[in-house]
Amino acid sequence: MSNLEITIEFGGGAELLFDNKKAHNVSLPIKNKQWIIGDLLLWIKENLLKDRPELFLQDDSVRPGILVLVNDADWELMDTVNYVIQPKDKILFISTLHGG
Amino acid sequence: MPLCSANCGSNAILKRPKTGDALCKECFFEAFENEVHFTITKARLFEPGKTVAIAASGGKDSTVLAYVLKLLNEKFKYNLKLVLLSIDEGITGYRDDSLDTVKKNRDDYEMPLKIMSYKDLYGWTMDEIVAEIGRKNNCTFCGVFRRQALDRGANLLKVDYLATGHNADDIAETVLMNILRGDLARLNRCTSIITDSGDGIPRVKPLKYTYEKEIVMYAYFRKLIYFSTECVFAPNAYRGHARVLLKDLEKIDPSVIMNIIQSGESLKVNETANMPTLTKCSRCNYVSSQTVCKACVLLEGLNKGLPRLGIGKSSKVKRILEENEKKNCDSTSCCRTNNCKKDIEGVEKCTDKLSSVNLIK
Ligand SMILES: [Zn+2]
Ligand SMILES: [Zn+2]
Repeated sequence: MSNLEITIEFGGGAELLFDNKKAHNVSLPIKNKQWIIGDLLLWIKENLLKDRPELFLQDDSVRPGILVLVNDADWELMDTVNYVIQPKDKILFISTLHGG
Repeated sequence: MPLCSANCGSNAILKRPKTGDALCKECFFEAFENEVHFTITKARLFEPGKTVAIAASGGKDSTVLAYVLKLLNEKFKYNLKLVLLSIDEGITGYRDDSLDTVKKNRDDYEMPLKIMSYKDLYGWTMDEIVAEIGRKNNCTFCGVFRRQALDRGANLLKVDYLATGHNADDIAETVLMNILRGDLARLNRCTSIITDSGDGIPRVKPLKYTYEKEIVMYAYFRKLIYFSTECVFAPNAYRGHARVLLKDLEKIDPSVIMNIIQSGESLKVNETANMPTLTKCSRCNYVSSQTVCKACVLLEGLNKGLPRLGIGKSSKVKRILEENEKKNCDSTSCCRTNNCKKDIEGVEKCTDKLSSVNLIK
């Protein structure tokens, strides 16, 4: 079985925490359980987020004020951290916390 | 994927924080725009035929405000003339990207843009101020000057209204801050949708009831380009804590935002409470709780080569002022008119009170 290929995007200033890179194509290793967004957040912490994880994550979720969209729809419509990730999903994190 | 709560048959793309409704993109746009229109008409924010300066920073709130005001102005025939007003603090590199964004707004929305610099408004750029005072206290200057810059700019432009992009989250945060500081005068004012800064140009907040989440989602789905950054100078740590608290509470229950605004709106300050009355600055006419406003005190310090005036402890300020007065009076020019002494006394009184404000911070 092949890996789970998805796109992760950052916007609204959240990209500043990720070397200013807005889009990341990532390949998640297959594991014995399905990948949910909660797992992905840990994976991001381990693999993409080098320092100051508290600016992106809080408890088992994103920091309040960061919006998450799965394929351009609000993750609050999809059980947030428990959403089961599908191949080719686009998961976008937008910060509302950055001023202009 | 849930369907749109408006029964239009489309898939929902957003859960509204205010109502919990799930809406599709088109129904969300309509609800968002109609609510801003409702806010504007209910509060009778604008009179037809007038000119509105939109405070434009290139950030999400002002970009959405400019877009929506243009759209509503055309759709509902407000008959307003809209202009963009931007402030350039004069911090090397800091405004370049955001001013580019504002210029893009100008082209996209076909609105005239006026950029005013701190140099135009105060005679000093932030870089020059930092050179004078060092980086430690520059937030005081940046904050105080920024608060007045738009009003001074609007005044120079002679517009009829100044519209700012303050959203519901911002206002709830300010209510919280004023409670924490015990600033009753500002607590009373901060929820008003129309305020007067002393120059007769109403400051209006059409996005007062709009959640930050919806502003960001609206900008995203409308594909509006905005600029995001942190200020290059240290943010106000105190406000940061209030913001975190608010966001944490909002996550548990989004209605706290509206509840806080409503509390602020319905608060009536007890008549026996010791209310500092807001008056006008004797120099620039800006609304102030002192005879001379803080910006004018800071400016006085800069112009007289005493940049720490209004920042340091009052005893120290007094001492410096007295020394300065002596020095000035040794020279012949100033005591002849006696203006200088009067000037310094006025400022001294003022900084006394200001330093007690500083202690609360
Ligand atoms: Zn719909
Ligand atoms: Zn003044």
